[in-house]
Amino acid sequence: MNRDIILAGVGGQGLLTLAAVISTAALDQGLIVKQSEVHGMSQRGGAVQSHVRISDRPIHSPVIPKGNADLILAMEPLEALRYLEYLSSDGIVVANSVPMKNIANYPADDRVIAALRGLRRHRLIDAVAIAREVGSLQSANMVLLGAGAEFIGLPPDALAQAITALFSRKAEELAEINLTAFHRGAQAS
Amino acid sequence: MSRMFLLGDEAVAQGALDAGISGAYAYPGTPSTEILEYVQRTAPSSLHSRWSTNEKAALEAALGMSYAGKRALVSMKHVGLNVAADPFINAGISGANGGLVIAVADDPSMHSSQNEQDSRFYGEFAGVPVLEPSDPQEAYDMAGYAFDLSGRYHTPVLVRLVTRLAHSRAPIERGAIRHENEIRLPADSQTFILLPQNARRNYARLVLTQSQFVAESEVSAFNRVVAGSDRSVGIIAAGLGYAYVRELFPNTIPHPVLKVSQYPLPTDLIAKFVSECDEVLVVEDGYPFIEARLRGFSPNPRVHGRLDGTLPRTGELTPEAVAAALGVTSAPTVTPPELVVPRPPALCPGCPHADTFRALIAALGDRGRVFSDIGCYTLAALPPYEAVDTCIEMGASIGMAKGAADAGLHPAIAVIGDSTFTHSGMTGLLDCVQEGTPITVIILDNLTVAMTGGQPSQATNRLENICRGIGVAPDHVRVIVPIPPKHDENVRVLQEEIDYRGLSVVIARRECVQTAARRARQRKRQQKPEKKPGKKPEAKR
Ligand SMILES: Cc1ncc(C[n+]2csc(CCOP(=O)(O)OP(=O)(O)O)c2C)c(N)n1
Ligand code: SF4
Repeated sequence: MNRDIILAGVGGQGLLTLAAVISTAALDQGLIVKQSEVHGMSQRGGAVQSHVRISDRPIHSPVIPKGNADLILAMEPLEALRYLEYLSSDGIVVANSVPMKNIANYPADDRVIAALRGLRRHRLIDAVAIAREVGSLQSANMVLLGAGAEFIGLPPDALAQAITALFSRKAEELAEINLTAFHRGAQAS
Repeated sequence: MSRMFLLGDEAVAQGALDAGISGAYAYPGTPSTEILEYVQRTAPSSLHSRWSTNEKAALEAALGMSYAGKRALVSMKHVGLNVAADPFINAGISGANGGLVIAVADDPSMHSSQNEQDSRFYGEFAGVPVLEPSDPQEAYDMAGYAFDLSGRYHTPVLVRLVTRLAHSRAPIERGAIRHENEIRLPADSQTFILLPQNARRNYARLVLTQSQFVAESEVSAFNRVVAGSDRSVGIIAAGLGYAYVRELFPNTIPHPVLKVSQYPLPTDLIAKFVSECDEVLVVEDGYPFIEARLRGFSPNPRVHGRLDGTLPRTGELTPEAVAAALGVTSAPTVTPPELVVPRPPALCPGCPHADTFRALIAALGDRGRVFSDIGCYTLAALPPYEAVDTCIEMGASIGMAKGAADAGLHPAIAVIGDSTFTHSGMTGLLDCVQEGTPITVIILDNLTVAMTGGQPSQATNRLENICRGIGVAPDHVRVIVPIPPKHDENVRVLQEEIDYRGLSVVIARRECVQTAARRARQRKRQQKPEKKPGKKPEAKR
């Protein structure tokens, strides 16, 4: 078992929570995990990424070598394209289709979406719409996780348990909302 | 509990806690901030863990705790060690009493720094042992070992991290847990009095001890040879470099590898290793520290690394660069389409700094120059503001504005954050007071250290008193509230103070919107009968 996952998005979109859920689930399965995080930029709105490496054998490099990622899980379509260099030839991109246009020169939407649709393996999902239905825009990251769950190499139940564990530390209802978001993401894809 | 999933930074902190520290000291700075944040989150309140005003103050306090016989950890980012260089070098001379470990996080590739200086040089400069972990587990183990070494040799020990290690998370096995020391004052009452006669004696002893440090490095479990049959190239892999080499060869590494993680360099081990290989490749993150020593004065056809271009001379190590250096083909990659434009960080919507800069731009027109400093507000160098002209290091704004004013430039404006002001701006302001230098200092008081994640600022509630106490004329210590409805008023105040041909300070005070939002969330959570909210800022988790 061996999965290299790039998480991509914009500061404030909940990437570190996403990474924490995946890592927790993998650790609970007795797997080895290495996770690389971007810290320190307090300001919102810059590009952020995190690398999550899961394996049943020792992992050495904290970052995924280019051309090796099995999955790019992106909270934003332009960010999904930014790290393509990391994707392996049979890797897949799972992305939220709703753009975050906080830069003046954001390219035309249709060009971004067309570039994503041009990839050999991709899955686009409107995570924002689903999160809104679930009742919390904050849960879009868990919708995306649901959409990408089958490529993470972990049983969906393990991911669900990790969501419950991490969010119920904050509040029970948060755990429920995020769990629903996760399941809705999985169903929608 | 014995297995934890920790960042490299957190592993150092946990290792130090398990080694029985009585205090941790730090000034925040990426990528080192999480060390003290972890101690604050997990240690009992009896253990000192408050932020210091700057790195020098932090290191001196840690040295004082060591003087009293207890163990202390001090952490900072690489450029923080410049600020703390004076106590650092001289603590090498005085030595430590209780264990003293300095954890410094370097930032090759300058992810969030203005240079990529390599702290191993500082270790050599001070003549103290340096430990350089290759993964978070080693970071944990080395923290404890660093306190052993420090205790055994009565020396400070430097632990050098790099960004990718500081900020990568891995499972950690914990080891034995030691108790804190009792107070035990130095046996020799003279060692900490660095009068020349004592300092000369201490320094001679430090020089003599170097061979013992080298001997420790020769036998250290952290420095070891991994056999390999292909001796056409031997690999010397330092710190994180070792992880990248192992990544390339999942099963066995065909070449012999010398893993180096403890300094001063184990000279015999290296000499023997080099003599057994036709050529060597040095894989080290940061500057070519080991490579330069192996190579000598002129190019050496047997030594490869960053100096001969086998690895890039600048920037952090990457798995791809190490693969290329060893002739291993990397996986094919897809280039992102051209439409992928950069998305740099920007001031948050509603940021108080943005309102201050809008007012400053209006007040200044195209007159003068704005000497800025380091913090969120440095982003005002970028469009749409392009409102500042310099950013060198913490505190430089006031000193540089003074020098420019001394040269006759008017208006010379200094723009400095509240935390940066107390870190190292106050001293420069005193010089301006003494000389009546005609500059305007704008202190951007957002009531926090925002750039590094919203730590409390030592400046909060103190700025007016500090400025008046230093001697700035009370009429020219003004406070504005940077908020859009007050724009015109703020422009007027700034214009008045800029036109005033003397020293003035304008404090622009409004809380950072991120910390304000976080406090609001915490309040909300506290209203519910819930466990105490974690101190770790949400923005980072
Ligand atoms: C010597 C040194 N120590 C630490 C840092 C990391 N650092 C960058 S900006 C900053 C402080 C910013 O606080 P403040 O001046 O209050 O400005 P704000 O970010 O809140 O706007 C720190 C600690 C650094 N760059 N240099
Ligand atoms: S974190 Fe605070 S100070 Fe920094 S840009 Fe955002 S609002 Fe401004």
